[in-house]
Amino acid sequence: MSIRNLPIPELFERAVDGDRRALGRLLTHIERENEHAEPIAELAHPLAGTGHVVGITGAPGSGKSTLTGQLVKLLGELGFRAAVLAVDPSSPLTGGAILGDRVRMEDVAAPETFIRSMATRGHQGGLALAVPGVVRVLNACGYNPVLIETVGVGQVEVDVAGTADTTVVVATPGMGDGVQANKAGLLELADLFVVNKADRPGANDVRRDLDLMLDLSHATGQDQRTGLRPEIIMTSALTGEGAPEMWEAIVRHRDAITENGQLDQRRQDRDLVEVRNRLLVAAERRVDELLADTRHAEILGEVAARTRAPATAAAHIASALD
Amino acid sequence: MSDDPIRVVLAKLGFDGHDRGIKVVARILRDAGMEVIYLGLRQSYANVVNAVEQEDADAVGLSMHNASHMTLAPKMVAALAEADLDVPVIVGGIIPDEDMQPLADQGVAAILGPGASAEDVAAAVRAAVAERAG
Repeated sequence: MSIRNLPIPELFERAVDGDRRALGRLLTHIERENEHAEPIAELAHPLAGTGHVVGITGAPGSGKSTLTGQLVKLLGELGFRAAVLAVDPSSPLTGGAILGDRVRMEDVAAPETFIRSMATRGHQGGLALAVPGVVRVLNACGYNPVLIETVGVGQVEVDVAGTADTTVVVATPGMGDGVQANKAGLLELADLFVVNKADRPGANDVRRDLDLMLDLSHATGQDQRTGLRPEIIMTSALTGEGAPEMWEAIVRHRDAITENGQLDQRRQDRDLVEVRNRLLVAAERRVDELLADTRHAEILGEVAARTRAPATAAAHIASALD
Repeated sequence: MSDDPIRVVLAKLGFDGHDRGIKVVARILRDAGMEVIYLGLRQSYANVVNAVEQEDADAVGLSMHNASHMTLAPKMVAALAEADLDVPVIVGGIIPDEDMQPLADQGVAAILGPGASAEDVAAAVRAAVAERAG
């Protein structure tokens, strides 16, 4: 019987037993948010939530994929059954994507590593829903740790950072001066910094800038999210140098947040955020229905004719909500 | 099926270093709205099988420019069948006319030569995927 026609519970059972084809298919359902996604999540949720989820993010070309490859190689040697979720952007114009991270990992990864590439796809809140869904299923199928790799540019990564227990930000020489390091954004979410390409000139300057940035965060009280000062690890992904130190630092971070209770808190928050995100998507759908409702055509026409402000129209339509 | 993007694994098998073509094809498929899992140069059958399994891909595209197609393409088809993966294999590259039918007989779903337009490439992938799904 073709795997495509298997009932979901059977497909799930196979995936848990180690059938990678079955797991691949489950992840497609989750990613497509189709009618099977919810039953799968229902099966996976009780089994998941104990694995360590590590986010790895950084600018394009910073060496994230190669570094992730080195990490899964090491994890294989240490006897872990790791999974990687590699996220790349979809074209906003055509919806297509080139997912090229796997190629940097496959050759070095231990054979039991599961690597899945995912495009951001355009749909509303899509990634914020799909990533935790995929991580849940990977985790339920016994993959631990699960590494999520994303390009560090924008809201997507901030969302993904919210999905991870430990967020690693990869920096490289030549990314800018100390002022860049103090701009608001992704750097604030890091639990751990990795300065990759440490063999290149300027790597120590990056380290110093990050260190200074962390000093300032401490001075202004902005380091209280975890109460821990992020470590800075120097790596060279091409040679694998620094990968063991990076993993040790990731483990130290996990142990520290396990001990201070942050890990449980983060995971609870995360589930709550997912419920919230799902409600937001449902609400957005409802809003689109309202806008398409002919009862509101008149007031929308008035907005177009400039006899009524958009805010007034919105308030009017909102009053119809219950 | 709906507007879910088609997922295609693109690879060159063995020792064939001519990767300009596969990069162009990757871009063509991307711009046709597909998701390309790009494996690139020097891949093995096992790498491709792994990728199709884990990525739940809908098709495999092989780029072949070193006259190895009569050996490698049928073996790729066989390796996928062996792994019980029902996905079409589409070959692009320099394929002499007299090899077309033998490759088709051995399970290659479509063959695209140097004259193929971007539309041809995307259409061939779509048709091959639709045929398997139907």
